[in-house]
Amino acid sequence: MLALNNIEVVYDNAILVLRGVSLAAKAGQITALLGANGAGKTTTLKAISGLLHSERGEVTKGSVEFAGERLDRLPPHQVVERGIVQVFEGRRVFANLTVAENLTAGAHTRRDRGTVKDSIDRIFEMFPALAERHNQAAGYLSGGEQQMLVIGRALMSNPKMVLLDEPSLGLAPQLIEEIFAVIRRLKEERHLTVLLVEQNATLALTIADHGYVMENGRIVLEGPAAALQQNSDIKEFYLGLNEAGARKSYREVKHYRRRKRWLG
Amino acid sequence: MLDLPWRFIAILLANGLLVGSMYALVALGFVLIYKATDAINFAQGEFVMFAGFLAAGATHLAGFPWWISALLAVLGMVVFAFGLERVVLRPLLGRPIIAVIMATLGLGFVLRGVATLAFGGGTQTIPLPVGDEPVLLGPLILPPIQLVGAGVSLAFLCGFGWFFLKSRIGVAMRAVADSQQVAMAMGINVRRYFALAWALAGVVSALGGVLWGAMLGVDNQLALVGLKVFPVMILGGLDSILGAVVGGLIVGVVESLSAGFLDPLVGGGTKDFIPYLLMIAVLMVRPEGIFGRRRIERV
Repeated sequence: MLALNNIEVVYDNAILVLRGVSLAAKAGQITALLGANGAGKTTTLKAISGLLHSERGEVTKGSVEFAGERLDRLPPHQVVERGIVQVFEGRRVFANLTVAENLTAGAHTRRDRGTVKDSIDRIFEMFPALAERHNQAAGYLSGGEQQMLVIGRALMSNPKMVLLDEPSLGLAPQLIEEIFAVIRRLKEERHLTVLLVEQNATLALTIADHGYVMENGRIVLEGPAAALQQNSDIKEFYLGLNEAGARKSYREVKHYRRRKRWLG
Repeated sequence: MLDLPWRFIAILLANGLLVGSMYALVALGFVLIYKATDAINFAQGEFVMFAGFLAAGATHLAGFPWWISALLAVLGMVVFAFGLERVVLRPLLGRPIIAVIMATLGLGFVLRGVATLAFGGGTQTIPLPVGDEPVLLGPLILPPIQLVGAGVSLAFLCGFGWFFLKSRIGVAMRAVADSQQVAMAMGINVRRYFALAWALAGVVSALGGVLWGAMLGVDNQLALVGLKVFPVMILGGLDSILGAVVGGLIVGVVESLSAGFLDPLVGGGTKDFIPYLLMIAVLMVRPEGIFGRRRIERV
C-alpha cells in the first residue's frame, strides 16, 4: 500500500539524514519501524506526510508511493486528503482548544461534514475518558488522555493509514498497554494500516506484523515481526536480553563487533 | 452620597464605552494577525487611514453613494491585505520577528505617503447618512455618529466572535494559532489561513476607516487611531479577542474620564497619554494582560 523506494532526505540543503531508505507497509497490517534515538525514524514519517517541507527538509532521491500515487512532492494537507495522517510523538494536542474542538479540527479535510458529529461520538465510545472531558481545554488532560485524544483526532480524518510516532513515550506501563490494545483493535476492526515508530521494540513487535530496524538513516534489518523477535541481535540491542550462559566479558567484544558491522 | 457631578460622569462613561468599542474593532485586526501568524502589524493604523481615504475618495472623486463607497473600501482593503501577505510577508516567514516589524513599520509610512499623493493633504469627509442632532437617552446626550459606530463595531465583534468560536473555519483558525505544525499534520492548509487572517484584518480596517473617518474626518491624522491599539492590546492581552474588546472599552473610558476631569485642571492633552501610562503600569504588573494566554503547562 505504502512504499518508500530508496529515499534520501536532506535538511537545509546540507545535512543528509536518510540515506537510501526503502520500506513497504502492507494494507491492513501494522508495520513497526524500530531504532535508537536519531536513527531517522521520525524523519521517515515526515518524508511520508510531507511535513519535511515546513522544516526545510527535502526528499532529494527516491520516491514515496501510496496506492500507486507519488506523495513526496505534495504539501501535508494534500497527503491527509489522500488518506495518510501522522500522529506526532509527545502528545501534541491543541492545548487551548477543547477536546471536542480538537476532534473537529481533525476532521478538517472531510467533505461529508454532516457526519462529523457521529464520528466524534464514535471516538468518545472508543475512549470514554475523553467523553467526560469533551468541553475541557485539551492542555489540562492527563498524559494518557492526551495520547488517546491525538489518536482519536487523527482518526477523525477517516484515514486509510496512520503514522504513529512513539505512542508509548512517557506513559505508565498500564496506559501503554491500553494504547497498544487500541492500536490492535483499529487494525482488526477498521482494517487500518499502521506504520508504528517505537523505541520500545518488545512491545511494538508483539502487535506488529512486520518490522524494520533503522540505524544512522538506513534500514539495517527487516523481517516478519515473529522472526525479528527471535533475532539474536534484536534481542540483545533492543530487548535487553542476553543469551543464557554466555560469559559477560566475551559477549562484550562480540557485541561491539556486531554492532559495528551494523553501523558500518 | 458623595457630591460628584453624576450626570457628567455618566455622559463621560457612555462616551468612553462608545468610542472604546470602536477601538476594539481596530484592535481586532491587530489581534487576528498576531494570533494567526505571529506577526505584529505596526501599520494597522495606516490600514484604517487608507480605508478611510478609499471611502472618501469613492464618494468625492467618483460620486458614489455612501454605501457603495463603504463596500469599495472593504473590498479594496481585502485585496490589499491579501496582496500584502502574498508579496511582502510570506517571503519573510520564518525570519526573525524584527524583520516583519520593520516591514510593517515601513509599510505604514509608505501608505501615508501614497494616500497623500493620491488623495491630497486636506481633510476629507465621509458623509454617512447620520444626523448631527445629539440623541437624548435619559440623562445622556450622545452624538449619533458614535452610536452608529459603536453599534456597527459591537455587531461585527459579536458576529466574528461566534464565527471564531463555533464555525469549522474558526476552529481551524484557532488550531493554526495553537500550533502551526500540528495544524498542518491535521490537513489544515496553514497558508490559506494566514491569508484569511489578513483578509479579515482588511475588513476590520475598512469598517474602522469608514466609521472613524466619518467621525474625525479623513486625513493623515486618522492613522493615529492605530496607536491607541497598543494600550488596548496590552491591557486585554495580545492574543485574546475578548481582551481586545474589554481593553478597547477600558481605554475608551479612561480616555473619556481623563478628558473630562484632568484636562480642565492642566489645560488639556491628558487623554492622549493617560492610556499609555496605564499600558506601562499593566506591563509591570501583569504582562500577559487581562485575558492573555498563559501557557498551559501540566506539572
